[in-house]
Amino acid sequence: MFRSGNLFPVIARNEVTKQSRFRLRPLDCFAALAMTTAVGLPAILPAIAAEPGHFGYGTVATPEQIAGWDIDVRGEDGAGLPAGSGSVSKGESVFADQCAACHGTFGEGEGRFPKLAGGDGTLKDDRPELTVGSYWPYAPTLFDYINRAMPMPTPHTLSADDVYALTAYILNLNNIVPNEFVADRTSLPKVKMPNRDNFVWKDPRPDTAARPCMSACANPADIKIMSTAEGKDLTPRTTGPLDTMQPK
Amino acid sequence: MPPNFWRNLPVLSTSAIRRNPALARRSFLGLGAALTGSLALGRAANAETSGASPPADAPWSQSLGAGVVDRPYGKPADTEASVIRRNVPWLTAGTESSISFSPLQDLNGIITPNGLFFERYHAGRPDVDPAQHRLMIHGLVERPLVLTMKDILRFPSVSRIHFIECPANGGMEWRAAQLNSLQFNHGMISCAEWTGVKLSTLLEEVGLKKEAEWVMVEGADGAHMNRSLPLEKCLDDCLIVYAQNGEALRPEQGYPLRLVVPGWEGNVSVKWLRRIKIGDKPWYSREETSKYTDLMPDGTSRGFTWLIDAKSVITFPCPEKPLSGPGLYEIRGLAWTGNGKVKGVHVSVDGGINWQTAQLHEPVLSKALTRFSIPWRWDGKPALLESRVIDETGYVQPTITDLRKQRGTNSVYHNNSIQTWQVKPDGSVFDVQIG
Repeated sequence: MFRSGNLFPVIARNEVTKQSRFRLRPLDCFAALAMTTAVGLPAILPAIAAEPGHFGYGTVATPEQIAGWDIDVRGEDGAGLPAGSGSVSKGESVFADQCAACHGTFGEGEGRFPKLAGGDGTLKDDRPELTVGSYWPYAPTLFDYINRAMPMPTPHTLSADDVYALTAYILNLNNIVPNEFVADRTSLPKVKMPNRDNFVWKDPRPDTAARPCMSACANPADIKIMSTAEGKDLTPRTTGPLDTMQPK
Repeated sequence: MPPNFWRNLPVLSTSAIRRNPALARRSFLGLGAALTGSLALGRAANAETSGASPPADAPWSQSLGAGVVDRPYGKPADTEASVIRRNVPWLTAGTESSISFSPLQDLNGIITPNGLFFERYHAGRPDVDPAQHRLMIHGLVERPLVLTMKDILRFPSVSRIHFIECPANGGMEWRAAQLNSLQFNHGMISCAEWTGVKLSTLLEEVGLKKEAEWVMVEGADGAHMNRSLPLEKCLDDCLIVYAQNGEALRPEQGYPLRLVVPGWEGNVSVKWLRRIKIGDKPWYSREETSKYTDLMPDGTSRGFTWLIDAKSVITFPCPEKPLSGPGLYEIRGLAWTGNGKVKGVHVSVDGGINWQTAQLHEPVLSKALTRFSIPWRWDGKPALLESRVIDETGYVQPTITDLRKQRGTNSVYHNNSIQTWQVKPDGSVFDVQIG
């Protein structure tokens, strides 16, 4: 894996490029190289090992620019959580104003919008219910997601205090935190989500090992149609204008 | 086809008449011929001959066509109006956080036309102003940068052909055959030639600190969609692209800038890309915890399952393109793998009892769609058509039964199982699952 500094693989480093690091702009680089070539042909830059600032395009990001966009919060440890705080009770009123129209007053979900609470212990069921409480592994991720993506029509417009309050309220709806819980950058990473230890973060695939059999691979008597889409009336039309079919 | 299509068939464009009145008389005569032709065509919609077929000369052969720049940005023929992206309205709460499917049944070759590339949005399609768009790269770097689109265009460019597939492609078929359609069962995949900058070039330009291990990518859409990627993949083959099949990205595909992560689930190829942050651990964002994780029958879930495993599907015949009587046909299809190149495709017409090797069509590219075909003389009897791909690692595409044994029916994502098409004696084709 590449790293900064001397660990970058060097293809054709020479003295000129060594000196140019951080100091020379590309055009200076170009001129310097041109001077080292005896002929007056336009110099073509050799394949120089890339060093930070080699091209010199763009501008160095200022702390103010970074602060404006640096919104991510890390799920595992809450790194990046901002200042501010919010209680369950405040969250209840913010939720009623900003979220309940789609998610329902108690996070039960309106129509096909996501249900936010419930589903405890259903993950092994035939029809599992994946909600914040039954599924999500990390509480800070809830703050991060509300902050970056909600409310859907006006995302990233809520104050940090309101986002903390909503986070507290939704965790409380799921019986994960008590009524008096106040969410902030210290309390939130300490909340242990019920499903946290049930994720495997290393892909175990390939998990099948089919062999490329070419003939008499199955007994014809065993080939049975187990299910068909015919007659299910779930398929929108695939010619003419777009279909508007709704759930049956 | 629009109801009045043949009646509206332009014999001579009105703008041409406006510019050259002398053409009008000829045009009038031509119109008479066109109307006669339209009646004949209307009567013989499905016949092999019509008033415009031999021995008759067609009205478009006896008139002047529209001039250059009549359509300054070209568009498909009016008769192709049914070849469009389509959605399953009952699948999602609205269209802003939803998916549309490419009409694979009407596509040829390996390149998806830009207007037919499947769509996936989390907060609708933003209209980004390229003049104000910025890409910020920061975190564990020596030299954090803000780049304009002009800056990005100056970096050395590369072009690569890669597919992008949503891992939920086929996700509605885990439990049973449900949708009788190639488009709706397989259309969350498209393939394009992407042009842009290697992500490794940009990461070398900012300089990575030695603690760097993970990269977070984030979009400028309302969802501020973000995912974590291991640095190794970013330095391997990821691209920051501004062009698709030769022109600027479509807004639907992330205009003016998107990430392409070849061979990995489409969700990580973040569109409208505005920020790249380097860190030492993954972020566990909502899109990689609550979504895009695979629930197993024992209640555990798999996370960071980025790879698109090898998959193939017969695109002709299919439910949308039935057979028209016994005879010789070319079975056609698409195969792909996130693990490099397609090594071979086998086709069965008896539900997987016997298989034959299909011909692969050039070019066979890494992490791109690959075409295959095989001739088939259909005797008019019931048939069960299947295709099975082997990729260059030796991995063989599994059956849905094999996958269910490992993963049950609730994992939503990464259903790369063999598709079975049932052909009935009348030539109609149905989506079925066999066991």
